[in-house]
Formats: sequence, C-alpha cells, structure tokens
Amino acid sequence: MKNWWKIASVLLISYSIIMGFLGDVPKLPILNETIRNLYFHVVMWFAMLGMMTGSLVYSIKVLSDSSRYSDIRASQFAETGMVFATLGLITGMIWANFTWGSPWTNDPKLNGTAITMIIYLAYFILRGSLEDPENKARISAVYNIFAFVLMIVFIGILPRLTDSLHPGNGGNPGFNNYDMDSSMRMVFYPACIGWILFGIWVSQVKIKFSVLNDKNKSSQNEIYDSIQ
Amino acid sequence: MKVKEITALVKKDFTLELRQKYSFFSVLLYVISTTYISYLVFKQVSDYRSWNALFWIILIFASISTATRSFQNEGGGRYHYYFQLFDARSIIISKIIYNGLVTTFIVLFTYLFFSLLLGNPVKNQGLFLITLILGSTGFSSLLTMVAGIASKANNNATLMAVLSIPLLLPLVITLVEISTQAIFGLSILENISLIGVIVLLNLLIVTLSFLLFPYIWRD
Repeated sequence: MKNWWKIASVLLISYSIIMGFLGDVPKLPILNETIRNLYFHVVMWFAMLGMMTGSLVYSIKVLSDSSRYSDIRASQFAETGMVFATLGLITGMIWANFTWGSPWTNDPKLNGTAITMIIYLAYFILRGSLEDPENKARISAVYNIFAFVLMIVFIGILPRLTDSLHPGNGGNPGFNNYDMDSSMRMVFYPACIGWILFGIWVSQVKIKFSVLNDKNKSSQNEIYDSIQ
Repeated sequence: MKVKEITALVKKDFTLELRQKYSFFSVLLYVISTTYISYLVFKQVSDYRSWNALFWIILIFASISTATRSFQNEGGGRYHYYFQLFDARSIIISKIIYNGLVTTFIVLFTYLFFSLLLGNPVKNQGLFLITLILGSTGFSSLLTMVAGIASKANNNATLMAVLSIPLLLPLVITLVEISTQAIFGLSILENISLIGVIVLLNLLIVTLSFLLFPYIWRD
C-alpha cells in the first residue's frame, strides 16, 4: 500500500482531536482547560518547522541540480508552512488572550514568529519579482537558505537570552517539568507526526498542481513558437 | 580566492568611490538630513529609549542605502569582465570589506553628529563604540549579500529593504540590547555573552555569504 501514510495522518489527527477535547488533562491554575490548546497550537509550529525544513532541503537541491521541479517543490513547501504559521498564530493568540490577558505581548517568541512570517513573505515577493525561471530558482533558493538559518537563530537562540512568558524560557519552568505528564505526551507526539504527514500530503497535491500548470504553460509556448 | 585578488578589488572600489564622490556624499547627506529632522521634531531627547530607537533606525537605513550601491557598477559588460577575471568568493569578500569600512565610517559620523544635535546619554563610551563597530560589520556583510540578490532582480530599492530588514532583526535586537546596557554604564565584562552572540552572528553571515554567493554570481 503506497498511501498508508496519508491514512495514518488522518487517523493520528482525528485521534489527537478526539483526545484533545475529551481526554484527561492536568488541572492547573490560570491555564485551566486551555492547556488542551497544546495539542493544536504547539503542534502547528512543529508542522511549520517541518514544512520549512522540507523547503530548505529542496532549495539546497536546486543549487546542486538547478532543476525547475526542485524549485517548485521548495516554494510549495514554504507556502504550506505559511498556512501552518498562520494557524499557529491564531491558536496562540486565542490562548494568550485567556492566560496572559491580551492576544499580543512583547514576547521574544511572538516577535520571532512575526519576523519568520515576514521573512517568508519577502521570499514570495522575491520570487514574484524574478522572471527567468532558472534565475528565479537559483536566487530564491539562496535567499531561502540564508533566511532559514537566520530564522533558526532568531527563534531558537535569542529567546533564551531574554525573558519570555513561554514555558522553558527566562526562568519559567518547561512544560515537561511539571505539567506535561505522560498522558499528554501520548497525544502530543502523535499529533505532531499526524500534522507533519498531513502537511506533506497537502504540499504534494500543490506540487502536482503547479508542475502540471508549468508543463501546460511550456507546451502552450511551444505551440505559439511553432505558429510563429 | 586569493588575497591579491581581494586587495586589488578593494582598491578598485575605493578608486571608483574617489572618482564619483557624489554617491558617498549622498549617504552622508542622507544621515545629516534625517538626524536634523529628528532634531527639529524632538528638540532634546530626554528619554534614553527614544534616543536609542531613533539612532538605530537612522543607522539601519543609512547602511541599507550604503549597501544598495554595492553591485551597481557590476552590470552589463563589466559583469562579464569580472566574471572571467575573478573568483566569485573574492568578489563577495572584497565587497564585504569595502562596505564594512565605508559603513563603519558613516556609522561613526552619524554617532558624532547625532550626539552633537540630540545629546549623548551614553555612560560607557567604550562599550558603545564596540557595539557600533560590531554592528556596522554585521550590517554591511548581511546587506552586501542581499544587495547581490537584489541586483539580480533589477536592483530594486524597495526589494532591497523588504529582503534585508527582516534578516537584520536578530542583529538589531541584540545590538539595541547591548547599547541600552552601555547607556546605563554597564561594563564590557557584564555584556560579554551578548558581544559573543554578535560576533558569532557576524561569522555565520560571512560564512553563509561566502558559500552561497557563487550561485548568485554565475548567470
């Protein structure tokens, strides 16, 4: 069976949604029932990082084989990653509104997210401004690699230097220490795997669509050329 | 990549700069006029936070306009000439060195002029100067690379700003953090970890530019 992972992703996501709403969670002050958002909010970021890593891998591939299809793959993975980032932002804002009192706080992780999204929007703008497909593939791949490394620095290292409201930073204990018990872990990790597989599936469909679009365009060009 | 190539390229850039002084002076004039506007609007900045913010915003835009010119002379026929003559890595390293020197000069000039008009709340001058020099090397190496990318997209000035500002942020946030400490008069030793972060970021940016620039350069 070739498509077993698609079935697995649907099963894992449905398991995480059902367990997310019905399962037992630790009763904690302030967090209360919003702790269930862990299965959705944090998972979106893992899925986004997965998609961006996929985009990075194909960008490196563009530089070694300069194929147009690797470029299409890189850009489509980045687009799926942006969708996950938007979802992660929305779920995070809902959570922050209940626990911290406002949807947006000056927190290094939130700034990191905003910057990450701006970086990838800039990547799409750069792609739009380049016309020649081979040039576009190479130059946007370089920008993507450059941007990914700086993004990892920004969201991975800098929040550890300053205070953050997020768990595990700036003196706050991590989730793992006291409230992410083993029963939550049994939902959290499957949810991550499920959403990442789902993201790969979505990207795959998008890739197929744009490859067909590309082929269609080039065959049309050939017809025009033959007429002239 | 040879040291001889790099020195020749840096020398060439300085000779060109001396011949067309207007582009260098336009950046200086840019700094002077923006500082003067802030002076007219603020008169005297008593709050250290606003002073710091204004100062760094002016520096960021000044370094962007310095770096945008990096590859303006490398268009058309001259590009093919350089392409045959030099290794791409020598070109990026020479541009980074050249831009680093020019940006450091402009940054120090901005600091003097800014302090003259808007006052100087900095208590630890040594730490602040170290921050400025590290900042200008970081800015110039990142912006040179982005200028290379933007030059392939018809040297669009808006594109240059859009591509570089988000990438500059990790640097800017750390630099502002250190300069705030310098304003309060904290010592260099107390900020050694933040200085280390900046040095590492600079090394990371230079290494990435060194590895990736050859792919941009070949057409």
